[in-house]
Amino acid sequence: MTRYTSATPDDRRQMLDAIGVGSAAELFEQIPEPLRLGRPLALPDGMGEAEVYERLAALAERNADAEAQVCFVGAGMYDHYVPAIVDAITSRSEFLTPYTPYQPEISQGGLQVMFEFQTAMSELTGLPVSNAGLYEGPSSVASAGYLAMGATKRRKFVVSRGLHPHSRETLATYSVGYGAELVEVGLEGGLTDAAALAGAVDGETAAVILQSPNFLGSVEDVEALGAAAKEHGALLIVACDPMTLGILKPPGECGADIALGEGQPLGNRLDFGGPSFGFFCATEAQIRRMPGRIAGETEDVDGRRGFVLALQTREQHIRREKATNNICTAQALNALGAMVHLAWLGRQGFRELGELLVQRTAYARERLTAVDGVKLLHEAPVAREFAVRLDAPVDKVLDRVAERGIAAGYPLGRDYPEFEDGLLIAITERRTKSQIDELAEALGAALSAERGAFPSQKDAKAPVPEGAS
Amino acid sequence: MALTETPMQAERARTIYEKSKPGRRAAALPAAEVPEKPLAELIPENLLRAAPPRLPEIAEPEIVRHYNRLSRRNFDLDSGFYPLGSCTMKHNPRLNERVAALPGHARLHPAQDPRRAQGALELMWLLQESLSEICGLPHVSLQPSAGSHGELAGLLLTRAYHADRGEERTKVLAPDTSHGTNPASVTMAGYEVVKVATDEQGGVEMDDLRAKLAENEGEVACLMLTNPNTLGVFDENIAEIAKLIHEAGGTLYYDGANLNAVMGHSRPGDMGFDIVHVNLHKSFSQPHGGGGPGAGPIAVSDRIEPYLPRPQVVRRAGSNGHGPGFDLDFERPKSIGRLRGFQGNFGVFVRSYAYILSLGGDGLSEASETAVLNANYLKARLAEGRAGERLPIAFDRHCMHEFVLSGKPMKRDLGLATLDLAKRLLDFGFHPPTVYFPLLVEEALMVEPTETETKESLDAFAEAIEKILAEAEDNPELAKNAPYTTPVRRLDEVKATRQPVVRQQFG
Repeated sequence: MTRYTSATPDDRRQMLDAIGVGSAAELFEQIPEPLRLGRPLALPDGMGEAEVYERLAALAERNADAEAQVCFVGAGMYDHYVPAIVDAITSRSEFLTPYTPYQPEISQGGLQVMFEFQTAMSELTGLPVSNAGLYEGPSSVASAGYLAMGATKRRKFVVSRGLHPHSRETLATYSVGYGAELVEVGLEGGLTDAAALAGAVDGETAAVILQSPNFLGSVEDVEALGAAAKEHGALLIVACDPMTLGILKPPGECGADIALGEGQPLGNRLDFGGPSFGFFCATEAQIRRMPGRIAGETEDVDGRRGFVLALQTREQHIRREKATNNICTAQALNALGAMVHLAWLGRQGFRELGELLVQRTAYARERLTAVDGVKLLHEAPVAREFAVRLDAPVDKVLDRVAERGIAAGYPLGRDYPEFEDGLLIAITERRTKSQIDELAEALGAALSAERGAFPSQKDAKAPVPEGAS
Repeated sequence: MALTETPMQAERARTIYEKSKPGRRAAALPAAEVPEKPLAELIPENLLRAAPPRLPEIAEPEIVRHYNRLSRRNFDLDSGFYPLGSCTMKHNPRLNERVAALPGHARLHPAQDPRRAQGALELMWLLQESLSEICGLPHVSLQPSAGSHGELAGLLLTRAYHADRGEERTKVLAPDTSHGTNPASVTMAGYEVVKVATDEQGGVEMDDLRAKLAENEGEVACLMLTNPNTLGVFDENIAEIAKLIHEAGGTLYYDGANLNAVMGHSRPGDMGFDIVHVNLHKSFSQPHGGGGPGAGPIAVSDRIEPYLPRPQVVRRAGSNGHGPGFDLDFERPKSIGRLRGFQGNFGVFVRSYAYILSLGGDGLSEASETAVLNANYLKARLAEGRAGERLPIAFDRHCMHEFVLSGKPMKRDLGLATLDLAKRLLDFGFHPPTVYFPLLVEEALMVEPTETETKESLDAFAEAIEKILAEAEDNPELAKNAPYTTPVRRLDEVKATRQPVVRQQFG
């Protein structure tokens, strides 16, 4: 069904005549006969618009989204309120349907957005240079590793176990390719083990890679941890949550050479994981090694202010195998969403939102750990996410809480076997006090029910009292 | 030409920061509702920020106006013909935006338990199955975020495949005319690029391929190709190429940038490719967004499957009275691991799956046929008149979905570079073709009209080219100083690179 094409039988005949062939099939004769499919694709025939809508809506119905369930899950992506103007602006054809601004004279809108976005990310992170965005968080970490190898001519990364598990795994995947070694430094009391980190960094280290707040929600002392990197000439790479940067000291003021992260909390939907964007900021010294597009200010022949893609000699379409990265299509529209969200929050609102998250998180942490069977996993300071331990199997508790329409958090066991009983709970401005109270109540009920259903190890082994049955 | 400023030109660019004024705001945030404590009691003072980031201070009406104005300084596919070669600028159906925005998709947390995300996993599985059929390869991973990410994935898969066989190979062959992402991905994956010469049809130069394979015996890990090639011509030697690479122990990688030419007509898997990436933002109608988002799923053969990224979406047989269900499979011991966070660009998958459902197998095949028809028609139109003389086709035979012209005679006879022609086209309301690529054609113009353009658009484009060439015979300066009507005129790109100003300077 080709309702997105316009060629009528009459058009086709005229076009074929102009080409000088009898049928369109003749044009495909350049494909050697054995390589022609020679049968229809084994896919259903096309459907009308209403039918496609119903089909997709039926699939969507079978997902417990953040409208169907109160969402306390974070772990890198958060259920923030995205203001209506973000959708209104990002759905404008002029932003939605062009491609990369290779012709700057007719792409000033997109280029200026990049410039404004770069400014915003640079302000957030406290570093002077930002690119226009990468795919998403974890692959941005891997790109930073690649940059560090080029900058230091070294091949070892010292990585905190507090770095998002997806980032650590992505970095490991890329490292097999570009030939780097990873050394992981463990956590102590929810924070990167400073002594172990200092011991792991040496003259072979290309970069120290941290995250703050780390995966367990803890706010790291980046400056103190980064000293080891400075001492040995390694780059300090810091992954951060942009929504905390109105409150927390920015990585650029803590000695970071690169600050990056998952951009989804800014103006992007959850979308089951993407598309979102990665942000990537660095010191001036790294500007010519940066991955991705960078917009720069310039003038036209009449002296008008304008914007272009700057420093393109870093990029694959010019430098080919010597490029600083292979990235081409990235996430321009997602970065626009972030910029509009940040403009909407504004200088005051951005800070207020950060404070709101910290206050509600502090309340939730206190409220939940007052529940019987819930303990703090660590006591380190947190901003908008925190970890607890449950005294009943986490998956079973989550199922029980889900029945009450709440997604209680992210179970830590898969990524951190040492925290098999751990649950990571995230707060956004959408999570009200009453929802937090409800979570506390639901967790308490679930834990108590689990204890009843599955008596603790000791109880289970106890002999059945006589006359019990 | 009289240089009167257009109203848009007269309106000088001002950034949102320059429109900011202390005290203005847009956001209304909820009250904390909880007992508040001093910040420094919750987080040590030395970890707190002293001065807030200098974000703009501006009210909602002016934010909307600002970005609305900026949007009008963009040319876009919905405004006009956009024949950017190798980019497949086809119509972006709005139905796809609507279904992607359904809360069940848009507000689904990526860490949701698979049992409570069955619709999303089923959609991903259905898309995998569809792409598998279109590519002619049995297994698909949706994880890569774009074409270049798919390339990197393919090379890491190749590395894992060889490593599993106890081999370490160091070189990857790629045509000297390949897309720039190919060699850049090769380096990033830790391989060395060996360039293979291109024949005058844009195909692989077979003697050179044999020579490079002999010179690098036992060291060639992979050959990366597009087919149709960068001249828009189907490489008739592909079966022989596949045989040579496979005999040499390498994998054959398909850059799917040109897949829109052959959907339902020929399949990369049947051509002998082991690994294929598909640009969902090209053939499968995801909007290009001014440079993304896209997605670059990969389809692979049986021998590559064990190494696919983790997690993989799988369908599990029903048990205990439950029907079949969908799950994320993390237990993949030979997997190359993750390439990114979570499961991939799901929102793109929704749009592309909606597109595949809308067109169906029959429609995809017709879309490719019409794309090829449109390209050949436009090529025929441009072979007439002045264009035929000044802008000859690089290789004169039927093309697939795109074709390449050479501006060499135009430059020689009229003093007009391809860049000048491209800039003059802006005044006529067209996005120019891809220029100066592929490198083997001097003053190249790569034209890809796509199937969603009307014959009238193609005619109008051909007429604009004719007109520009005609006016250049009398006055070549007209094109050399173009454009005149765009929001800004030619920009100083050298300055932006020599003295980069990449962010707002605050006073």
